[in-house]
Amino acid sequence: MSVVRRIPELLVPAVLILGTALLGLEVSSYLQAYFLDTLVKVAIVVALYVFIGNSGVLSFGHISFVALGAWTAGVLTVPRDQKLAIMPGLSHFLVVHNVGNIASLALAAAVGGAFALVVGLPLMRLSGLAAGIATFGVLEITNNVLTYDQSIGPGLNAFSSVPSTTGIWQAAIAALISAAVAYLYQRTRFGRMLRATREDPAAAAAAGISIYRQRLLAFTVSGALAGLAGGIYVHLQPLQAGGLSLNLTFITLAMLVVGGSGSLLGAVVGALALNGLFSFFSAATNTVDVFGWNLTVPSGTAELALGLLMAIVLILRPSGLTGGRELSLPRRRAVADLEKARATT
Amino acid sequence: MTLAFLNLTWPTFANGLALGGVYALMAVGIGLVFGVLRLVNFAYGQLIMAGAFALAYGSQWGFPNWASILFCFGVVLGLSILMDWLVFRPLRTHSPAVMLVATFAVAFLLQNIALLAFGPLGKSAGSLAILNAPWDVGGVFIKKIAVISVATAAGCLVILQLLLTRTPLGLHMRAASMDFRTARLLGVRANRVISGAVIISGLFAAVSAVMLSVQELTVVPAFGTQDTILVLAGVVLGGLNRPVPATLGGFAIGFANGILGGVLPSNQSQYLPSFLFAAVIVVLLVRPDGLFTRARGSVERV
Repeated sequence: MSVVRRIPELLVPAVLILGTALLGLEVSSYLQAYFLDTLVKVAIVVALYVFIGNSGVLSFGHISFVALGAWTAGVLTVPRDQKLAIMPGLSHFLVVHNVGNIASLALAAAVGGAFALVVGLPLMRLSGLAAGIATFGVLEITNNVLTYDQSIGPGLNAFSSVPSTTGIWQAAIAALISAAVAYLYQRTRFGRMLRATREDPAAAAAAGISIYRQRLLAFTVSGALAGLAGGIYVHLQPLQAGGLSLNLTFITLAMLVVGGSGSLLGAVVGALALNGLFSFFSAATNTVDVFGWNLTVPSGTAELALGLLMAIVLILRPSGLTGGRELSLPRRRAVADLEKARATT
Repeated sequence: MTLAFLNLTWPTFANGLALGGVYALMAVGIGLVFGVLRLVNFAYGQLIMAGAFALAYGSQWGFPNWASILFCFGVVLGLSILMDWLVFRPLRTHSPAVMLVATFAVAFLLQNIALLAFGPLGKSAGSLAILNAPWDVGGVFIKKIAVISVATAAGCLVILQLLLTRTPLGLHMRAASMDFRTARLLGVRANRVISGAVIISGLFAAVSAVMLSVQELTVVPAFGTQDTILVLAGVVLGGLNRPVPATLGGFAIGFANGILGGVLPSNQSQYLPSFLFAAVIVVLLVRPDGLFTRARGSVERV
């Protein structure tokens, strides 16, 4: 397959992300919050896609990597003099260590990836519903510990005083990095091997592919991306890391499936479409101006609209908005004819 | 008493049994629908939530108890049939992942409707709360609701077992859950079997709603969600493909939840979900096909 035809596979998601960022720079700072939030969601959904999209195995545990990334970046960047005021029970090691913005993001990705690797070592042996429930268990345990263990963080309280360094560019760059990693991964032989196991596990195994190893690799990569997304999230707004749980899991999974879980484009489109809609209705609770026409909706409409849209898209178009396909340029006529002729003989 | 070790007392034991009974019913409700549709219904908890709100409103409006219980059954059954028509049927032929995420969407939608309509603070199903009063059983005080839950769960399961083994509908349902296509070829009517499973599953959700709303006192929009997750874990733990292992799995996790809740010292009880899910993960790693099923290779032969 020619390289030129493949260009849109990364270019279109990248343009969508950049477009969102540029649009976010144009609007008022009040509306900009929604664009920032959307870029973070794109980063999370792309992280989910790397594992779920390529392996075809549902994971409910990825938000625990996001939570862990948020925790890492949060606990290491709260200013030293405020640490004990916010987190009185914090252990000594975490009190004395502080890092900067970029380092905290890198560490968030590293911790997310390392945790995914440790969790994946036993869990990637499972498949189907057993895998789903086990990853759910990881999510529950992570949330539970992050919410109640006062020696590692603020527990039930949010990480206040974390420097809010995530602006439009930081969020956009993180989303772009995620998309680029996802693209590069799916182009490598490892990505292709994992996709082969998704289409036909028995045939892939017969061709010498270790399903376990390929899934573990993708799980680790996507855990690292999820950690990074958590890092930019906590630098965006004060989060209670243990509270990143069921709701975020549902919404991000729904974004992936609604967009089309089989392609990077689907992940980006799903996140942009659902979060865009959600943001629109959230903003509309305080009146938005739609082409000169003032629209005000009661609060809670955003959640209802999101739920309805998710249900409707899944019922009418179960393979997602993009059908799980990447965008590529059409083949040149002659090549296409030649390939068709070959396929029929 | 031998039971006194580790703070385990008879009332705690009874509470464990009661929660186990309710979870067993929920497990059957989820397992039946999975059997015929291959669909894990995540919105099951929202059915229970709707039923519990029906009870709470029933007691607020001064309905007699039988009427509010009837109201609860009506709401839950209506909602399950609606869910079947609008969501399950159109998606019947799609992959399990799509169906699961669709039930997520339904759960999310219903929970937010409840949040809008009833507010985040919740209501209490007041008139049935008298069932929390204890009975004196040979010097040990056991909540009435614990005894009633165990008895009701046992009764429902016996009736279901009779239905599955002694009636044509039950035979059809069992056949459909073994192999849906072959069953259809042999003349089993798909829609009837699915409706049957959905209705029984809804009935069990209504019974669980009554029991849980007494045990947990306040009904909030998230009511039943955590229970459903635990039951799902229990069902997969037991073995999803067959009703008896699924029921046992549901019972086991409810029992463990109830007992641990009573036994753990107060500075550890906040980590109860961690203990439960750690146990679930360990069991799944050792027996991925389920705890109560005969061991079998998990890889399908080609």
